[in-house]
Amino acid sequence: MTNSTDTNRWRRFSDWDERMLRHDLFAAEDPEAGFSVFKSPYDPIAGATIKSGRIVSLDGKPEKDFDILDEFIARHHLDPDLVEEAMAMDDGEIARMLVDINVPREKLERLARGMTPAKLANVVAQLSSLEVAFAYSKMRQRKTPGNQAHVTNAKDDPLQLAADAATAAELGFDELETTMRVSSNSWANALACTVGASVGRGDALFQCSIEEAEELRIGMAGLATYAETISVYGTEKAFIDGDDTPWSKAFLTAAYASRGIKARCTSGAGAELLMGFHEKKSVLYLEARCLCVQRAMGIQGTQNGGVDGAALTASMPGGVRELMAENLIAVWLGLECASGNDARTSESEIRVGAKITPLLLAGSDLITSGQGSINKYDNTFNASLFNGEEIEEYLTLQRDFEVDGGLTPLDEERALGLRIRAVEALTAVFEELDLATVTTSMVQSVVFASGSDQTDSFTAGQVTPISEAIKNRNITAVDVVRALAKRGFRDEAENLLFMLKQRVTGDYLQTSAIFRDHKIISALNDPNDYSGPATGYRMDEKRWSDVKSVRGTLTKESVLATEALGKERFPDWLFDDGTAEPGTDRHEVVIGVSPAFGAEMHRTSAGHGLPDVINAITSGISGGGGRARLVRILHTADTSFVGLSAAKLSGSGIGIGIQSKGTAVLHRSDRLPHLNLELFSNAPLVLLDHYKQLGWNAARHTFGEAPEPVVVPFRGEALSARFHARVAILFALETEMTDPDAKPVQLTLSPTGA
Amino acid sequence: MSIKDLYPLAEKAPDRVKTPTGKSLADITLDAVLAGDVTVADLAITPEALHLQAEIALAGGRHTLAENFHRAAELVTIPQDVIMETYEMLRPGRADRKTLNAQAEVLRSTYKAELLAKFIEEAAVTYERRGIFAKRY
Repeated sequence: MTNSTDTNRWRRFSDWDERMLRHDLFAAEDPEAGFSVFKSPYDPIAGATIKSGRIVSLDGKPEKDFDILDEFIARHHLDPDLVEEAMAMDDGEIARMLVDINVPREKLERLARGMTPAKLANVVAQLSSLEVAFAYSKMRQRKTPGNQAHVTNAKDDPLQLAADAATAAELGFDELETTMRVSSNSWANALACTVGASVGRGDALFQCSIEEAEELRIGMAGLATYAETISVYGTEKAFIDGDDTPWSKAFLTAAYASRGIKARCTSGAGAELLMGFHEKKSVLYLEARCLCVQRAMGIQGTQNGGVDGAALTASMPGGVRELMAENLIAVWLGLECASGNDARTSESEIRVGAKITPLLLAGSDLITSGQGSINKYDNTFNASLFNGEEIEEYLTLQRDFEVDGGLTPLDEERALGLRIRAVEALTAVFEELDLATVTTSMVQSVVFASGSDQTDSFTAGQVTPISEAIKNRNITAVDVVRALAKRGFRDEAENLLFMLKQRVTGDYLQTSAIFRDHKIISALNDPNDYSGPATGYRMDEKRWSDVKSVRGTLTKESVLATEALGKERFPDWLFDDGTAEPGTDRHEVVIGVSPAFGAEMHRTSAGHGLPDVINAITSGISGGGGRARLVRILHTADTSFVGLSAAKLSGSGIGIGIQSKGTAVLHRSDRLPHLNLELFSNAPLVLLDHYKQLGWNAARHTFGEAPEPVVVPFRGEALSARFHARVAILFALETEMTDPDAKPVQLTLSPTGA
Repeated sequence: MSIKDLYPLAEKAPDRVKTPTGKSLADITLDAVLAGDVTVADLAITPEALHLQAEIALAGGRHTLAENFHRAAELVTIPQDVIMETYEMLRPGRADRKTLNAQAEVLRSTYKAELLAKFIEEAAVTYERRGIFAKRY
C-alpha cells in the first residue's frame, strides 16, 4: 500500500488517471482553430435569393463569389420552386415537424429540397440528442435496419478473408467491406471476399476500398458489387486537396451506375479540420454542405457520422450529438445512410457502448458503416467502434432493448462449417484458375483462427503476385463462377451469379438497397413508414426469436439438468430423525437448513458441495466450544426465517440458517426476523473458511461474547448479473418444497439406527 | 398503375429488361454460363434499364438520383478508357477550359451524350472562375 500522507491529493483522482478513459482527448471549442460543433460565429446566415428562377445568392454569398460547392448546390440541389417557401419557415417550426409523428417524412423531404446547408444545420441544431435520434428513426429511408462489416486482416491473407467474409455474412451483415495493408493486394482481397460472400447466405453486397479508378475497375470485373469511397469535403480547398471536385465525383458516380454498381459517398465532421481547410466554420455546417453536394450529385446514399473524423468530433463538447445530427441531415435529404460508428471514438468501453445506443434504438439503413467482424488488430481500416471481440456485446444490446441491429447470434458448429467451406471454395478457385497452391496446414490454421496472429497461411508479400495475376489476366467474377461450379461448389456459384445478375436490372442502384433471402429491399419497396407507436419497423416473431437467442441462454431445464449432475456426486448424506424438539444445552448452536438443502440441491452458488459447507460450520462450532445440531426447516425457505426458527429451537438461543445456494445467517431467538447478528448475503463470494468462522462466532455468542463479525471480501463484482437468473430458478425449487404446516425435522449425517 | 409498381424489375417486370446482348433475365443461368452462352458482356446494364430506373426514381420523388441514372445511361456505351480519361480531366489541375470543352464535344458528337456534355461544360465555366485548372503537380 502506498503512503497516504505523502500527497495532498484526493486519491480518487489517481484511480481515475488509471481508467482507459484518460487516453481519450477532450478539446475545447475554439472556432478560430476550427473547433466548433453546431455553430461557429463564422458560419453564414442562412438564406437564398432567386432571380428569374435562378439562385443568385446562397447562405450570404452572391453568385459571383460562389465556390465550387456553392455553385454545385445552387445548380443541382436547390429546387428554385421550393426555396422561398422552405427558407421562410421558422427553424423551430421545422425542427418540431421533424419530431412530429403526424408530419409525414415525404413532406419534410420536400422542404429539404428548398433548404440551404446553413438552414439545414440551423434546424437540426434545435434538437436535443434524444430528439435527433427520434427524428432519425422517423426520417431514415428503408424500413428494415441493416449493418455493414469490415472484413480485413493484417496479412491480407485471402484464405482468412474468405472464411471471415462467410462468417460475417452468416452474422447478418448486409454489406462486407474490405481493404488491404498493401495496395497492390487489392484484386486478391476483392476476389477472396467475393468467394467468401458466396458461401452460406450468399446475398451480401461486397466491396473493396481502394483508389477511385482502381475500385471502378475491380467493380467492373464483378469482384465488387458496391462502392463507398466517393469522398466529398465541405470546403473548396479540402475538396481540391482530395483531388476532386463535385463534378468529377458526380461523373464517377454516374460511371458506377453505368456499370451496374451500387455506390455511396463518404463524408463526415472533422474531415476538413484534419485536412487543415475548415474556414473556421462549424463541423455541422461543413457536413451539411457535403450532404447537399451529395444529393446534388444524384448519389443514392452516404456514409457519414464522422467516419475518419469521428474521434476528433467526439473530442469536442456535444460532438457525439453532432455526429447523429449529421446522420439526420443525410436521411432528411433522402439519402441512404450508413451511419458511421465505424471508428473507435474512445478507449472507454462505456463511451463506446453509449455511442452506439441511440442509433441502435433508432435503426439505420446500415447502423455502422463498417463494424469490425474481425479482431481489432486485423482491421486494416483501424479499429471500428465495435469489433470482433465485442460482437456478443452488440448482440446482447439488441436483446436488451429488443431492437434489430442487423446481426444474429452465430451457431458455433455452423460457423465453423461455413469457414471450412469458404476456405475450400477459395482453394478450389485458386487451383482452377492457377493462381496459387494451398496446403492442408494453411487451411487448418485459418478455419480455427480467431485472428491472423493464429494463422500460418499467406503473407502480404505472397499475396501480391496472386493479385497481379488476377488483374493482368483480366480474371472476372464470371471466371470465378465457372471455377466454383466446376469444382462442385454449385450453391456458391449460383449465389455469385445471382449477385452479378443484379447489374442487369439495376434494381439495387435505387436508394438503400440490400438483399434479404435473395430479394431486394430498398427505400422503394420497403419504405420507412414510421408514424408513431406500432408503426414502422418491428421484428417479427421469427426474427425476435433469433435475436434473443444469445449464447448460453438459461432455461429451467438447463439449470436443473446441471443441478442433477451434482446429485450423482453426492449420494444421500442427510437423514431425517423425527420432529426436532427445542434443545436445552446452553452452548448448543442449531443449524437450520432450507427445504431443498442436500435433497434437490447440492452446491452453493460459489460451487461448494453442501456436505463441505456443513462440515465447515460444525467444525467451527465445536472449535468455538459449542455443540452443533442440524435441523431442516420446512415451513419457509427464507434465510432470515430459517435462521430465526433454528435459533428458537436452540438451547442457547443461537442458530444459523443456511439456504442451498449458500446464503447464511447467524441469528438469536430474541431478535426480529430481519435483524440478525450476521449475514452472508453474497453467497457466491463465501469461502469454506468463512462458514467455519461463522460457526466459531455462533459458538462464542453462546458464551455471551460479541465476536468480530466475519467479513466476506467484496470487490464490486456484478453478482446479481452473474448469479441471479440461475439462483431464481433454483430458489423456486426451495419454495416449491415448503409446507406452511410442516414442523422442523431433526437431521443426522448417518442413516437412523446405523 | 404507377411506374413505381414495376419495382423491383427483377420481380415485377422482368420482361422489361434485357442484357446488352439481347438476352432475357431468365437466360442467365449457371448452366448457360458453364456452356459459355453467358459471358461478362451479358452481365451489364443497358441504357434502357437505367432510363427505366430513372423514371422509377423520379416517381419516388428523387429527382437528382434520376438525373444521375440518365447520365449513367449515356456512359454505358462509352468505353472504359474514355470514361477514365474524362474523369481524369475533370479532376483539379488536369485540363484547361478549352480541352475540357473539347472533351464535352467528343462525348456529344461521338457518343450522343448530351447531358454529360452539358455537365462538363458547366464544370468548365466554374473551374475557370475558381482557378481549378491551376496545375498542382
